[in-house]
Amino acid sequence: MNLDSIPLQAFLIISSALFCIGIWGLLNSRNAVRVLMSIELMLNAVNINLMAFSSYIDNNLIQGQVFTIFVITVAAAEAAVGLAILLSLYRNRVTVDMESFNLLKW
Amino acid sequence: MSIAITTQFICFTVLSLVVIIGALGVVLLESIVYSAFLLGGVFMSVAGLYLLLNASFVAAAQVLVYVGAVNVLIIFAIMLVNKKEDLKPINDIKSRRIISTSICLTLLSLLIRVDLTNVWSLSSPQNSIGEESTIRIGEHLFSDYLLPFEVASVLLLMAMIGAIVLARRDVMSKDISTGLPVDQELIEKSSEPLLTNKN
Repeated sequence: MNLDSIPLQAFLIISSALFCIGIWGLLNSRNAVRVLMSIELMLNAVNINLMAFSSYIDNNLIQGQVFTIFVITVAAAEAAVGLAILLSLYRNRVTVDMESFNLLKW
Repeated sequence: MSIAITTQFICFTVLSLVVIIGALGVVLLESIVYSAFLLGGVFMSVAGLYLLLNASFVAAAQVLVYVGAVNVLIIFAIMLVNKKEDLKPINDIKSRRIISTSICLTLLSLLIRVDLTNVWSLSSPQNSIGEESTIRIGEHLFSDYLLPFEVASVLLLMAMIGAIVLARRDVMSKDISTGLPVDQELIEKSSEPLLTNKN
């Protein structure tokens, strides 16, 4: 193993850890705003992955960076719509507790 | 190891520590406001990681969109819905925690195993375009990624209109399907103005 630059695996491990932290937060938080934050964390983990592959494997045609830009665009749209849904939910239910949003439970 | 490589390693270590510890803080901290500000720190460090990967344009886009827009939006949402409330206790919270934590740790070990054991076909660094990545991204966006680029603008417009429609306050006075008057109390809670009692 040569140590002349940061290995690709280091970036992949960081991104895996970030993704798993995001999933844990998504499953365990009761505040709806925190759920949205966890989704943003997971999207960032995916972005780190794309950027690392684009820099180490496809460093001439950097298509991963273009994909990252599209992911950032979709994440911005998702955040705006998600927070609007959250506001109208809060107006209907007067709470942000995820356990009380069980209208569709069978 | 030359001094440039050492600097790279130090920057990478610091940035990744900030990313991981900040992300743990985002999901674990009690106060949601601290979580939101830590999330901004995580976004900034991810932008730093992008700079280490020779991608200055994406790093700038990350700072502008995530820290400047998404994080500010989240802080505004916290400000609008932040009400102290006593959460109802859940009976089987302990088993839920155990199951979800074990699932996450299993997924993490699986991912790390794939990361470490797979043989990646790395390309040679001679082909790297390095600092000219911004030019290459522009070429991509206006040649082979032109259709996704235009669709993304339509998506942003739709998201903007959708957010306005979802979050606006006035509601219809009649139910569309039944024609009965809507109980406005359900949709719009009466709230006292914040500034009337001050003077």
